[in-house]
Amino acid sequence: MATSIYARLPNTLLKQRAFCYASNIKANLGAHQYGRTLYTSASCLKEMYWNDKTLDGEPLFDKILIANRGEIACRVIDTCRRLGIKTVAVHSEADSMAVHTRMADEKVCIGPAPTSQSYLVMENILKAVQDTGAQAVHPGYGFLSENTVFAAKLAEIGVEFIGPNSEAIRAMGDKIESKRIATTAGVNMIPGHDGVVENVEHCVHLANEIKYPVMIKASAGGGGKGMRIAWNDKEAKEAFRLSSQEAASSFGDDRMLIEKYIDNPRHIEVQLLCDKHGNGVWLNERECSIQRRNQKVIEEAPSVFVDPVMRKKMGDQAVQLATAVGYDSAGTVEFLVDSQKNFYFLEMNTRLQVEHPITECITGIDIVHQMIRSAKGHELLYKQHDVPVDGWAIECRVYAEDPYKNFGMPSIGRLYKYIEPNHIPKVRCDSGIKEGSQISIYYDPMICKLVTYGDSRTEALDTMVTALDSYVIKGVTHNIPLLRDIITEKTFVSGDITTKYLQTVFPDGFTGKVLSDVEKTEIIALSAAIYAKEQLIARTFLNQTRIPAKTSLSNTWNLNVRVVDSDVALEVRYIQDKHLFEVQIDERVYNVTDTISFSNPLLDIKLDGQSKLLQLNKRLGGGRYEIRFLGTVFPISIMDERTAELYKYMPEKVEIDLSTVVVAPMPGVLKSVSVCEGDSVSEGQEVAVLEAMKMQNSLVAGKTGKIKKVGFKTGDTIDEGDILVELE
Amino acid sequence: MAAYRLNRLFNQRNIFLNSQRLILNSVRPCSVVAGSTQHALSVKNRIDKTREASLLGGGAKRIAKQHQKGKLTARERVHLMLDPGSFIEYDAFLEHNCSDFGMEDEKYPGDSVVTGRGTINGRTCFVFSQDFTVFGGSLSGAHAKKICKIMDQAMLVGAPVIGLNDSGGARIQEGVESLAGYADIFQRNVNASGVVPQISLIMGPCAGGAVYSPALTDYTFMVKDTSYLFITGPDVVKSVTNEDVTQEELGGAKTHTTVSGVAHRAFENDVDALLQVRDFFDFLPLSNKDPAPIRECFDPWDRDVPGLDTVVPLETTAAYDITDVMTSVADDSNFFEIMPNYAKNIVVGFARMNGRTVGMVGNQPKVAAGCLDINASVKGARFVRFCDSFNIPIITFVDVPGFLPGTSQEYGGIIRHGAKLLFAYAEATVPKITVITRKAYGGAYDVMSSKHLRGDTNYAWPTAEVAVMGAKGAVSIIFRGKDQAKNEAEYVEKFANPFPAAVRGFVDDIIEPRTTRRQICLDLDVLASKKLDNPWKKHANMPL
Repeated sequence: MATSIYARLPNTLLKQRAFCYASNIKANLGAHQYGRTLYTSASCLKEMYWNDKTLDGEPLFDKILIANRGEIACRVIDTCRRLGIKTVAVHSEADSMAVHTRMADEKVCIGPAPTSQSYLVMENILKAVQDTGAQAVHPGYGFLSENTVFAAKLAEIGVEFIGPNSEAIRAMGDKIESKRIATTAGVNMIPGHDGVVENVEHCVHLANEIKYPVMIKASAGGGGKGMRIAWNDKEAKEAFRLSSQEAASSFGDDRMLIEKYIDNPRHIEVQLLCDKHGNGVWLNERECSIQRRNQKVIEEAPSVFVDPVMRKKMGDQAVQLATAVGYDSAGTVEFLVDSQKNFYFLEMNTRLQVEHPITECITGIDIVHQMIRSAKGHELLYKQHDVPVDGWAIECRVYAEDPYKNFGMPSIGRLYKYIEPNHIPKVRCDSGIKEGSQISIYYDPMICKLVTYGDSRTEALDTMVTALDSYVIKGVTHNIPLLRDIITEKTFVSGDITTKYLQTVFPDGFTGKVLSDVEKTEIIALSAAIYAKEQLIARTFLNQTRIPAKTSLSNTWNLNVRVVDSDVALEVRYIQDKHLFEVQIDERVYNVTDTISFSNPLLDIKLDGQSKLLQLNKRLGGGRYEIRFLGTVFPISIMDERTAELYKYMPEKVEIDLSTVVVAPMPGVLKSVSVCEGDSVSEGQEVAVLEAMKMQNSLVAGKTGKIKKVGFKTGDTIDEGDILVELE
Repeated sequence: MAAYRLNRLFNQRNIFLNSQRLILNSVRPCSVVAGSTQHALSVKNRIDKTREASLLGGGAKRIAKQHQKGKLTARERVHLMLDPGSFIEYDAFLEHNCSDFGMEDEKYPGDSVVTGRGTINGRTCFVFSQDFTVFGGSLSGAHAKKICKIMDQAMLVGAPVIGLNDSGGARIQEGVESLAGYADIFQRNVNASGVVPQISLIMGPCAGGAVYSPALTDYTFMVKDTSYLFITGPDVVKSVTNEDVTQEELGGAKTHTTVSGVAHRAFENDVDALLQVRDFFDFLPLSNKDPAPIRECFDPWDRDVPGLDTVVPLETTAAYDITDVMTSVADDSNFFEIMPNYAKNIVVGFARMNGRTVGMVGNQPKVAAGCLDINASVKGARFVRFCDSFNIPIITFVDVPGFLPGTSQEYGGIIRHGAKLLFAYAEATVPKITVITRKAYGGAYDVMSSKHLRGDTNYAWPTAEVAVMGAKGAVSIIFRGKDQAKNEAEYVEKFANPFPAAVRGFVDDIIEPRTTRRQICLDLDVLASKKLDNPWKKHANMPL
């Protein structure tokens, strides 16, 4: 069997590749150091798929429609371009100028912004398929990717669905049936109730039978939506109520399941690749334990916890299950793993997973390509021994959300400055946005999947640190501070993680990077140099000659730098001929290179010869800055000595007492308001439910009191910071 | 007159220096007349003592009280605002000459104001700073004389005046003398208007007639929580109109920066205000004889701004933030907004383009769809006139659906106030560059620095639509509502694009938004030598 890699690489593609490289070279030389090409970096990453197999001259589709948006649509289009397949993008009105829409060869608008009127409307997508003559549809993940009706309707019009057959989707999509099949296929199972929970009372009854803690989740659910944990009867009742509502609005199906909740577990999943000829291989595992509210934040492949024996055991069970349901595409079997390396079947995801890139990085296989091949009916070209564990890959999900609020509350906005760290080797950014894009309330707030890889976990982690520090995102609040902190946190670095990681390491919530003394001194020295540079530039008047500007101003500043509760007095001297700032703190002198620029959002400054990355987020004037250092944004105030001396007379500003008001933590739509003016509420009582980013968020009173004013009513669209309820 | 004063001042100085030398010379040879040595020494002593006293203002106790209120002293403020060691004081020995009500026994050298000159980032400015520790900073004849002196000097050399206000009002004991002092200052404010920039920083009370000096200057800044501006205080208000109102509500920083539009910006505290004024000062030329300042620029002038290609939403009714456009085009994304919380439907402020100061004006689609109303027109007009007075090029970003309709606007005189903005743009002879980002409808299109009002370069983005009105309104008039949908579509096809304006030469080019910065920088270089004069007149009669 003659196999070749990239046999089908067309000329146009080579050109595009050359273009990518050319722009990379330019990036390293020119002032537009971080300039980004129109397309995502994935198109430059063909060398990453060194192990991708195809048969010479084997036919594929001519045209594929991608029934999705954002980064996954871009990801699929990338592979299609590489293979010379024409692409059709579908988009909502809000996405008319989105990256995926611009990348595709053809585009079809399928409705207004809300997903329920566009990306979830089968008729519109089916019409787009027929109008454009696409031969196959790639559904991406989410939306219609696990919708059996959609797959069946495509089959009716003779269009291939790039994914598993409907029967497999149906069987695995139904959590109850999937458990039955898995049990018979010999897969390890978690104790639980074999059937649907009928109502709240039934839920409590079952919970007591299984014994707390229990997990209550939507039968049709996935991705953490409609899923809650309960430790007692009261929580069980509330969890059942909220989850079934969420399930009803997200999936149109409010059937709920209940099972034993495994404490301190790891979440490890196995990637599968199957064909229509009964073949299947496992592409190793992914460790996805770092989660918040049951949604993954950081994933890595392989897992430090899995040894080759365990890997084979998990892989084999996964393939057994796949074979049992006649699985014939890429899929993922999720396991919960306890501390004794026992693993239990959780569910099977019958789609391309969000975190598939890390598997691609360690196996060299283009999973999207293999999905297309198997959809076309080609036989799998891999035997299990063809699948290596080659190095280590880590993925951070960069979200538009505020990590300081409950590890991540969605935020929206326009990315007025956006630079991906593509200039760093061994970094892969899968994103569907670019500078100027809007993060809206209609869609998932994910900005990018930032993947780094290397020969070892340490190398991949080190690259991740640099990549996160170099990532410029302005216009929305994002979770890089949290990601950066986890990546360098010692239990994470040691690999000792569970799904409880965030609660354990940050019991009081994430509060930002805690600077060590050395780090504090570094940021102080660097920001002092930034201040001095600003002073220097402020004197460079070029045309003020009538009354000549005085040029003999001092190049030495005695400053007082305030950062995180510490006040440090220091002296900065500008050494003109060396382009250097000398920062003297006590006896110690730090040399800071004058590579400070206020037009470049990312500063690479050498401190005593060591390169330091920082971002000047904001210049507030009057010596006040916001500087992003080690992921977190620190407010910094710099004054010269005499100003600092006088500053002590300045009155402290009184903060508004937030406990008397309930403020919207994010923009969204009010699902319900459960109080009226004059009602008495107790601390922690729910006053309203806010639906945003498809999640229901219960908002509670900050203290016991009487409701003074209710500002909004059910159905209102609200902005972050709006005052929903005022207490007396 | 002014020259005479200056001479006198220098002579006084010389005498002072000579006498010092004299003292030094006469100390060594002890054989000269004994009495004169003694005299000289005692004079020296007196000078030292008086100077020391003048540095202390109202004394340590009052200084402590000032600090307690979260305020700095007059001198501390001056030193903070100016470059270290650059302050040169005038009239430290000047005293009031009131002899009524026992005032003759209570004299403070320098009286209740500190005056002089200094530099900010090397550039000269004249400063007065009212000293609340001396008679509550009240304005005496002497106080006024000191301020007038530095204002005269500022006019003489062509340098800005910065006033730091912190005064209880008139020196009642002096009566009409004090009133005369105010008027002397007012007259100088008016004479200096348009000649040198005048900045007022209100750092304490400023009430009664005193408020009109800041009002006559170009910019009034306030300090939050510690500064007040009003014609009459809460007590008088209560007795006359029976209204209950606090100082803060009546004339605090929040009131004047959001409701009345009297102040242009408010700062957190004394320190913040003084440091920010330094930043602000750097944007301004020293006088109307100087070009807009150019600073070294490290932001590439030809930098593309890709984000601008998508800043205007596809939906023509959707809002976006015009400050996004302004900051991303400006050097180092640095934009100093003037009146950020008043008439937010228009955004004005200073920025630099390739190092050169420019004034930016933009309709704000995010607020009231960016329409022009009374407040927005007045805010824009004053800003445009300041820029024109001081040779600062004006860059205008247009997205305006028209003037705001309604009885409150009409009764309020939108016609006469809207005319101010029109007048200001039409009168301005500085370089005027206009970018139509989206809507430019009706009379508002004409007003916003259009080609017809001598715009030097007028650009349209591809999203621009220049028309008399929106499709719906137009069709209902032209076709009296017949076939509304079909005719609307035709109207949109015809007018909702930049072509109608471009084919007539009303816009010079249709540009890719990402190239906006580069285009503006190129134009500014060429327009630097622009020469355009209005016909000679005593002054125009603008619709006040």
